[in-house]
Amino acid sequence: MDVLQLFVSGLANGCVYGLIALGFVLIYKATEAVNFAQGDFMMLGAFITLGLTNDQFWGLPFWLSVPIAIAAMGLFGYLTEMIILRRMFGQSQVSIVILTIAMGFVLRFAAGLIWGNEPIALESPIAGKDVRFGGLVLGLDEIVVIAVTVISTILLYFFFNVTKLGVAMQAASQNQLAAYYMGIPVKRVHSLIWAVAGMVAAVAGILFASKGSIDPSIGLLGIKAFAAAVIGGFGSLPGALLGGIIVGLIEPFASYYIAAGYSQIMPYLLLFLILVFRPHGILAQIHRKKV
Amino acid sequence: MSLLEVENVTLKFGGVTAVNNVSFSVEEGEVFALVGPNGAGKSTLFNLVSRFYDPVAGDIRFAGESILNKAPHEIARLGIARTFQNIELFEQATVLQNLLVGRHRHRRGNLFSETLFTPFVRREERRHREAVEKVIDFLDLQPYREKYIAGLPYGVRKVVEMGRALAIEPRLLLLDEPASGLSVEETQDVAYWVEDIKTQMGVTVLMVEHDMHLVSAVSDRVMALADGKMLAIGTAQEVQNHPKVIEAYIGVADENERVVA
Repeated sequence: MDVLQLFVSGLANGCVYGLIALGFVLIYKATEAVNFAQGDFMMLGAFITLGLTNDQFWGLPFWLSVPIAIAAMGLFGYLTEMIILRRMFGQSQVSIVILTIAMGFVLRFAAGLIWGNEPIALESPIAGKDVRFGGLVLGLDEIVVIAVTVISTILLYFFFNVTKLGVAMQAASQNQLAAYYMGIPVKRVHSLIWAVAGMVAAVAGILFASKGSIDPSIGLLGIKAFAAAVIGGFGSLPGALLGGIIVGLIEPFASYYIAAGYSQIMPYLLLFLILVFRPHGILAQIHRKKV
Repeated sequence: MSLLEVENVTLKFGGVTAVNNVSFSVEEGEVFALVGPNGAGKSTLFNLVSRFYDPVAGDIRFAGESILNKAPHEIARLGIARTFQNIELFEQATVLQNLLVGRHRHRRGNLFSETLFTPFVRREERRHREAVEKVIDFLDLQPYREKYIAGLPYGVRKVVEMGRALAIEPRLLLLDEPASGLSVEETQDVAYWVEDIKTQMGVTVLMVEHDMHLVSAVSDRVMALADGKMLAIGTAQEVQNHPKVIEAYIGVADENERVVA
């Protein structure tokens, strides 16, 4: 039973990593930029929800805060691309990387100023409740995290494969020039990709906040999610989720079986091994682009 | 009124005048070819028409309306489709998917109904699939329908690109060197297709092409350019026999230039 509980909690953590990794990959695939502030987007999404929900701030009902926070992060992502990233067009990858890292710092400090730097718990109706399956005790939060991730994945899958906008996004990510001449407004599509990445980050943030208290530095989780994205195969959406789940599963098992100091290294050890033996990741999709 | 009117267009790259005060018009239903030695400005002119570059002077009108204030993505919506000399396809997608992207400008419906796959959306999908299948039949692409572009030979990719442009259902089709790199047989196919695109589909064609056999076979009118300036305009025969054109091809310092047959 221990093993199963470890598995479920690892899976739930992995889903959050996977969703952040998904944001990385979405933006990278479409615009060839890596948004190192993706983790901080997640943090911001969590804090907006917390700020709307918690009694000490706005005190709105949780189920009202969630869609508002997701929409707000969508708008935030859209504007970030439109106002900041678009000006970087034609600049080197390094400039964009540094810009997004700096954006992460700004968001972290801004969040600290608004909501404080002490850990706060989101007043979420799913936190701290247990579900019993026979002798098995699972957190309701963990089950919800897994379920929401599955639903989000299915929605994203349909969005990208069925809808006009989703197909346009795929087209723009594969060949911008050709996409233009199919009548696809590539610049607007890029802004919308950032909007989607922002919304996914908000979902990840809300799920993460439902599992425990948060502070502005949780954005640094983005580094682990970045590792997850590389493990899964940067450029592959299913790969990002898979990478996230793998990293999420390694952690609890490593800390259960291996001495505390070493267990933290495990995800990065795996990243190292993947980079050495399978540099394009587990589900490599990209042949010409390199990370 | 001509379908496409290019009026006194000039474009400079730094100190080089790539296109110098060029005017021509393409009538609805004709095949119009741009020829000339390398560096004559054909492709530049072509890229001006597809709004890839902004001219420093002059005007370009499509169906009577200036397109200089249109972004490249708005060109497709007006009914202008183009191919590329160096083939720009969606590599990680199948032939069918590539052609379906060409339907973008015709797709209607919103995110909500599309995600739910309502009957309206399903009917729409079927309509687009039919349009694309017609193009596939027309260009004999059936064997490659489900194949990924990344694995296809050059000649087939070239045809797929033409197919994707046709899927847009354009009024004006811009073909950028449709026969470059193709074998004699493949070029023959291109000649038949261009003929059918004109006569059966009623699409006006503007093309840049080096192969004078192809140009003579399919073009109603030809314009020859050299050094960014118009040399002659007329039927393929007239242009080839024009003294200025002969001089431009034979009289240039570069002896490797192809001699007009």
